Amino acid sequence: MAVSIDPIHQFELQPLVSLGHIGNQQLAFTQSALYMFAAVGIIALLTIVATSGRAVVPGRLQALAETLYEFIADTVHQATGADGKRFLPLVFSLFMFVLILNLLGMIPYAFAVTSHLIVTFGLALVVILTVVIYGVAKHGTHFLGVFVPSGVPKPLLLIMVPIEIVSFLSRPISLSVRLFANILAGHIALKIFAFFVVQLLVAGAWGVLSPLPLALTIALTALEFLVAALQAYVFATLTAVYLADALHPGH
Amino acid sequence: MDPVAAKYIGAGLACLGMAGASIGLGNLFGQFYSGALRNPSAADSQRTNLLLGFALTEALGIFSLLVALLLLFAV
Repeated sequence: MAVSIDPIHQFELQPLVSLGHIGNQQLAFTQSALYMFAAVGIIALLTIVATSGRAVVPGRLQALAETLYEFIADTVHQATGADGKRFLPLVFSLFMFVLILNLLGMIPYAFAVTSHLIVTFGLALVVILTVVIYGVAKHGTHFLGVFVPSGVPKPLLLIMVPIEIVSFLSRPISLSVRLFANILAGHIALKIFAFFVVQLLVAGAWGVLSPLPLALTIALTALEFLVAALQAYVFATLTAVYLADALHPGH
Repeated sequence: MDPVAAKYIGAGLACLGMAGASIGLGNLFGQFYSGALRNPSAADSQRTNLLLGFALTEALGIFSLLVALLLLFAV
């Protein structure tokens, strides 16, 4: 009866090529890095090959690339206005990177890179550092206006400014944890429900019930595909919203 | 208290956080449909915002599930 379950095992890093040691820490080219290279390759191939024809009436591949590009261009334009266009390459790259990594992770037995907090935190840090550095370089001390909500009575500012500061500081954390937790919890839930099928099948007469968790696993897989695309979109939208702060600090 | 028992109790308590997320999701879709049925022609343009709200709300429920799973399997 006792079939052991280890839903965390799928997230373990496997070193493919060892690059030596720093102290006790192994330095290696892991499968995580391999998936990231694969994602970059897929994105480059998709965007370069799809738009190389430049047909007036786009074919399937070109229509796909154009739809994705226009979708993100619309999102960035809505959030930041006309002068936010210079950030479109950053937001589009982040969106495509997260989307392709999420979708690669949905392939059975594949590794979900975005289920590691350090990866998503690195991406979130890129966003926040861009906001801070660009904001300070463009507006100087006026960038501090991001902490002062406009149209608030003076006495209330005593409470509002600390809240705004905490909210600003928690942005990289919430941005990275949201993506990482969604992918991690989704993959663990899939593993656990898939395991219920096995557990029922080896439990004798209870095996009749095994299609129930199987159906649930299928439904969860569909939900996870939705989550994979949606979380990439949320990441891109929030990036655009945060970048709007760097462009127009007084809000 | 027995640490293993405390672990399981903590995981159970962490799942209570999902109650908040479910209230939020119910609110979100309920409000969307009450608005959408009054003015169906404007509903389609708000569907992306609905999904964005869904993802943001659902993430908070996922956080509590994550704490529960970490207590069960990682601690």
